Amino acid sequence: MYASLLVLPTVVAVPVAKPWAHSFSISTLRVRVLTPTLWFGLALGQDECQFSDLVLVPDGIAPALPECKHEAMTTGVPAVQVQQLKKSYGSAMAVDDISFEIHDGETFALLGPNGAGKSTTIEILEGYRDRSGGNVTVLGVDPQRGGLDWKAQLGIVLQSSGESGNVTVLEQLTHFAGYYPNPRKVSDVIEAVGLAEKAKMRISRLSGGQRRRVDVALGIIGRPRLLFLDEPTTGFDPAARRQFWGLINGLKTEGTTILLTTHYLDEAATLADRAGVIVGGKLVDIGTIDEIGGAAARVPLVRWQRDGVEHAQRTSEPAALAARLYAQAGGEVAGLEITRPSLEDIYLDLVGNPAGTVAAAETP
Amino acid sequence: MNTLTLGAARISYELRLYFRAGDSVFFTFLFPIVMLSIFAVAFSTSGNIGAAPDGSGGISFAAFYVPGMVAAGMLLSGVQNLGVDIAGEKGDGTLKRLGGTPLPVFSYFMGKIGMVLVSSVLQVALLLLVARFAFNVTLPGEPGKWLTFGWVFLFGVITSCVLGIALSALPRTGKSATAVVIPIVLLLQFISGVYLNFAQLPGWLQNVASIFPLKWMAQGMRSVFLPESFEAIEPGGAWDLGLVALFMGLWLVVGLMLCRLTFRWIRKDG
Repeated sequence: MYASLLVLPTVVAVPVAKPWAHSFSISTLRVRVLTPTLWFGLALGQDECQFSDLVLVPDGIAPALPECKHEAMTTGVPAVQVQQLKKSYGSAMAVDDISFEIHDGETFALLGPNGAGKSTTIEILEGYRDRSGGNVTVLGVDPQRGGLDWKAQLGIVLQSSGESGNVTVLEQLTHFAGYYPNPRKVSDVIEAVGLAEKAKMRISRLSGGQRRRVDVALGIIGRPRLLFLDEPTTGFDPAARRQFWGLINGLKTEGTTILLTTHYLDEAATLADRAGVIVGGKLVDIGTIDEIGGAAARVPLVRWQRDGVEHAQRTSEPAALAARLYAQAGGEVAGLEITRPSLEDIYLDLVGNPAGTVAAAETP
Repeated sequence: MNTLTLGAARISYELRLYFRAGDSVFFTFLFPIVMLSIFAVAFSTSGNIGAAPDGSGGISFAAFYVPGMVAAGMLLSGVQNLGVDIAGEKGDGTLKRLGGTPLPVFSYFMGKIGMVLVSSVLQVALLLLVARFAFNVTLPGEPGKWLTFGWVFLFGVITSCVLGIALSALPRTGKSATAVVIPIVLLLQFISGVYLNFAQLPGWLQNVASIFPLKWMAQGMRSVFLPESFEAIEPGGAWDLGLVALFMGLWLVVGLMLCRLTFRWIRKDG
């Protein structure tokens, strides 16, 4: 009988003691006790800009947002500054000494294979994860100390989640708009992400791609200065992706700074001004979309067939090569193709993927 | 646009979600009413409880179970509902999304507690209506009793909410939340005089139960709904409303401290 008496107190000992044990640390105290602003709110600074809601241009694709530039664009301080960022989980380095900057109003794409450290990096910038080393500022603030006024300037589109979604699109956006000091007009945002016909439908009944559009809508409803897009178009059909590109171009026109991760290299090429490529937690290249991978990676590729055998050659004078082949063959060359490496080809080269067609081609 | 306005907005949003989720409506909202009905029907042919040797006096089983079911409703609405709900929101990404917005944590809590207060007031009203009209239970007429009911109910529900929020930190995943939370509340209901007559439990078990808040909620509710003649069979020989307030207050403080120390939007990995 007394044995069961001992069992009973453990029922309370578990809920009481365990959360204490794994969270009562120095850093927890600093974060939880010394940052009451996160708990009770701050007076949020009002953005000067009151107009300029998303307006669809006549072709129905690209929303134009030209009227309103964000304030504090001219300070010269980069929107995002990352210096020697490190993040380790135990002995594994998820992010190993990464440095880059994103300028105000710029769209920057972070590319890399699954598990390369893209999401870890982006979540450190969003304030979700603490870094192990290095310095980070986002809109001039260390994300580990960012308060509610800082969060009010961010728009975050996380990788897809499995929320229950028992609210309608309209209810969800109206509710979230209430969190921000100067939100966009809800109906405009719903229109801009192409969900006008689904506005009164519960989110749980939407398709995967439509739910993703709700995520994007929630990310931009607060009129962010800096927008994080972590694989935003996963599950979109091609038309929805084009519409999304139009939306992002509209935000860029407005002056929104954007950090994008994507596995669609055409998307990065279309949207981004600059890109960084992360492999194995290290930044292997960074530059404008036209420069990344270096000049050598952009040498055109000529392919042809002779006697049923595939040939390929990289040359900076593809027309001359084609002319030579034409002369040799005494007429049209079978299977002749001249291509410039796409960003995807260059990317595959950079990440060392054997599927990279350029890497596999013979060099002259 | 301040913390309280946002909290009020959260309350209406949470209530909408709560009543749209069929399983939570059944398992926490209607549960005490279903249980009262089962007990009342199962024991409908038994004699009254506390009857004199000649069979007169006493109260029906339905009337006897009313205070326990009111207390169970208070516990379930707070601890079970919020414990499972918040752990689920942590697991499915809801909290992560909220953590990326300028929503203050206090407004989020206000929404949760407000949602529980509104739904548990509706719940207890429905429970008492069912007891009165389906099972012919006589409800107290004195204003003093209803005053006691008011503060014990309010105090108890808020304490339960805070404990539920604290408990939500425990499950490692949203899916394991029910497995962690339900055994705790079920055990408490059995030892705290909800399903079993508290006066008939062994003394040591009564002492164990007295550590936890549910015993005191049930005792407070017995003082409201049971006749004076039942006061003498309480372990202390009295309703001890002062101790009811003291123990609920202690658990409220403990719960608040745990919430402050353990609540986070996402489970950080270091």
